[in-house]
Amino acid sequence: MTSTTEQSQRGGINVARLLMSFGPLMFLALLIVVFTVLKPSFIDPINIFNIMRQISITGLIALGMTFVILTAGIDLSVGSLLAFCGMVAAVVAKGGTANTLSLSTSGAQGYGWFAALLAAVVIGALAGGVQGFAITRLKVPPFVVTLGGLTVFRGLTLTISNGGPISGFDASMRWFGTGLIGPVPVPAIIFAAAAILCHIVLRYTRYGRAVYAVGGNAEAARLSGLRVDRILISVYVIVGFFAGLAAFVLSARLNSSEAVAGIGYELTVISAVVIGGTSLFGGIGSVGGTVVGAALIGVLQNGLQFNNVSSYTQSIVIGLILILAVAFDRWLKSRVRR
Amino acid sequence: MSVAENVASSQSPPLLAVEGVTKRFAGVTALSDVSLEVRPGEILGLLGENGAGKSTLLKILSGVMPPTSGRIVFDGVEFNPHNPQDAKRLGIVTIYQELSLIPTLTVAENIFIGRAPLGRFGLVSWRKMEVDSRAIIARVGLDLDPATPVSALSVAEQQLVEIARALSLKSRLIIMDEPTSALTETEVQKLMSIMGRLRKDGVAIMFVTHRLEEASAICDRMTVLRDGRLAGHLDRDGGPIKLPKIIEKMVGRAASELYARPTLRDVAGDVRLSVRGLRTVRDPQAPHAIVLEGIDLDLKAGEILGVAGLVGSGRTELARAIFGADRIAAGTITLDGKTIAPETPADAIALGIGLVPEDRKHQAIFAALGILTNFSVAALGRYSNALGFMAERRERQALASYRKALSIRMASPEQPIEGLSGGNQQKVILARWLARDPKVLIVDEPTRGVDVGAKAEVHQILVQLAGRGIAIMMISSELPEVLAVSDRIVTMRRGRITGEMPGIEATEEKLMELMALEQTQEATQ
Repeated sequence: MTSTTEQSQRGGINVARLLMSFGPLMFLALLIVVFTVLKPSFIDPINIFNIMRQISITGLIALGMTFVILTAGIDLSVGSLLAFCGMVAAVVAKGGTANTLSLSTSGAQGYGWFAALLAAVVIGALAGGVQGFAITRLKVPPFVVTLGGLTVFRGLTLTISNGGPISGFDASMRWFGTGLIGPVPVPAIIFAAAAILCHIVLRYTRYGRAVYAVGGNAEAARLSGLRVDRILISVYVIVGFFAGLAAFVLSARLNSSEAVAGIGYELTVISAVVIGGTSLFGGIGSVGGTVVGAALIGVLQNGLQFNNVSSYTQSIVIGLILILAVAFDRWLKSRVRR
Repeated sequence: MSVAENVASSQSPPLLAVEGVTKRFAGVTALSDVSLEVRPGEILGLLGENGAGKSTLLKILSGVMPPTSGRIVFDGVEFNPHNPQDAKRLGIVTIYQELSLIPTLTVAENIFIGRAPLGRFGLVSWRKMEVDSRAIIARVGLDLDPATPVSALSVAEQQLVEIARALSLKSRLIIMDEPTSALTETEVQKLMSIMGRLRKDGVAIMFVTHRLEEASAICDRMTVLRDGRLAGHLDRDGGPIKLPKIIEKMVGRAASELYARPTLRDVAGDVRLSVRGLRTVRDPQAPHAIVLEGIDLDLKAGEILGVAGLVGSGRTELARAIFGADRIAAGTITLDGKTIAPETPADAIALGIGLVPEDRKHQAIFAALGILTNFSVAALGRYSNALGFMAERRERQALASYRKALSIRMASPEQPIEGLSGGNQQKVILARWLARDPKVLIVDEPTRGVDVGAKAEVHQILVQLAGRGIAIMMISSELPEVLAVSDRIVTMRRGRITGEMPGIEATEEKLMELMALEQTQEATQ
């Protein structure tokens, strides 16, 4: 049978293959065209940069989530972890929790933006590492470990902040959230740089190959000499790192770290990755897809808002798009395989 | 079965008649003008290499897809099932390799799934279900509590439960797709005797298999497919249908060309790998694994050591223990004179040991990933620079050279490996290890699921590799294969080594005897 399947693939699959790689991208282009026709100001650079700033926070986490989902894992804790890292960054930036609710931007006595950034990403990476350890050594499924993490990190956040926000950072820190380089918002640049880095790592390095292999078939990976546990732990470290980075940027943009920040982000992040074509079963997917997925959600939200569609309706549309994207992907795969 | 019965059944009208069936997919003809007949009370063997069209024919008969042209008549009526349920209802049940029982439900629940007997108030009558189930499974010689969950049964028992369920549905034709591939020798014997009993009861059986010996032992007639066409029919004529005849029909050339014995090679290499007193203990996570006891083994450079043993003899466990995949309780392993203690496959690989595992799909290939990734996964360090970046050009060149050397038939390095035939997949896995230049290569069932033609190619590759000085340990349950390529052969049974002999002195009979230890013990007492 195999030879006949190979042959039958030759005729008529090119369209399906093409759609499979560029389907989300074409859908994104279509959305942009539709929204522009509806309201030409949609395509204004100001709005486009606005969208880029909007997607950069969940987009950063989605980059890390791509690594996790490529190994057939999942991380539900990212929203809470973002809040926790943001709070840690705020405490470091302000030199303690005492400044809670103080909006004064002068006379900050903290350790500066660099220490805050460092603290956020290190705590994020550590938290990811602990979850990765529980997944690999205690053999608890990622869904359960990170569901626990979701609650634990939110609780830790509320504990250190006493439930309130910590606000008021100095200008050098705020620049990372609100600054511009030329016309481009700094968060968008950070996101773009991180995306390129992740793409290079996944596509061109030994480590990237190992991530795909572990997700494609963990047992075969082990019998091929890959240290599967280490690679699994590493992807949770990566997503934690990005949750920390996103937290820093978000706090800088809002000039505040909120205890309730990032609630429900895990769903947007996972949606972006899945819409971008990364398989929840592991082994298939790309950073490019995730960027397109994140952009798709961003464009959809912004475009609907632009046309005065309520945020309630937006939720409905995004949820349906998620399901349709995966259904479409499945359908294409069944066409290609048969 | 007596000759008289055979004559009687051959005179009765066919239960199933496939007449000139053709199936085309997008311009490719998978089946072309195939005809065959099955009569009640007869076992028809359906044979052919991978790609011969067997699975296409099965899919048509089980209602998965319709033929492009041709006619199927079942019990005198045109047979046009719209889906598998339809086919079942009409009386044709197909039992696939992947069993369709629900593991968490009990035997009785599985048998009566969707049609549980109801008692008072329309509630399920558990008592009736149990009593009836007991009677149904007794028909296939099973004596177990119908309340046992299916997950607790062996593969062989699950198969019998499926057959029992088919019988309880009044099936008149049972199609068995490779039913013996996961069974031990005694289980195969049991299945065969049950098939014989069903034949007496007038049930028609279509037996699809790769195992020619089994087909020859039990089939009344055979239909052989080749390249989607009918290669011919064979009839039992007084005695079992002879293997060379079957092979000739399957491959279209004489059997003597296959499994040609290699000329005796001069193996004077030093001892590469040496195992002394190897013992393992039962792993609570894998309670079915065989425990090894007192294994002593030497493997020389440039030698192919055949390890012959039936399923459950511990041969796979031996490979895994040496490879660091399973824990060792006692004993020593030395490689080139140095004691080694690999705790993980990664350790063993770093020392120069490679393993081509038994279950290609689950243990070796990354089905959805490209051939290039599949090829280089064990040698990522060799195809990357100090910074961890892949040296893709070098990697591609290496793959291209192995593609040529092993004649791997593939479209492109990016093609997902699952699109390749079993033989070509196996060659990619062999290339994976060659890329590491191993000192020792362990191959477990190297030609399982590989076409007859490609088998000979794999054997040649193994001989060539040994010629380059690699020490090869080849585990196989196919004795002709062991005989064809081994310089030396050891036999295993129940986790112990039961015998050893040079390849040229070995015969199938001698090996069989050593693999069945009881006989030899009796002989020595």
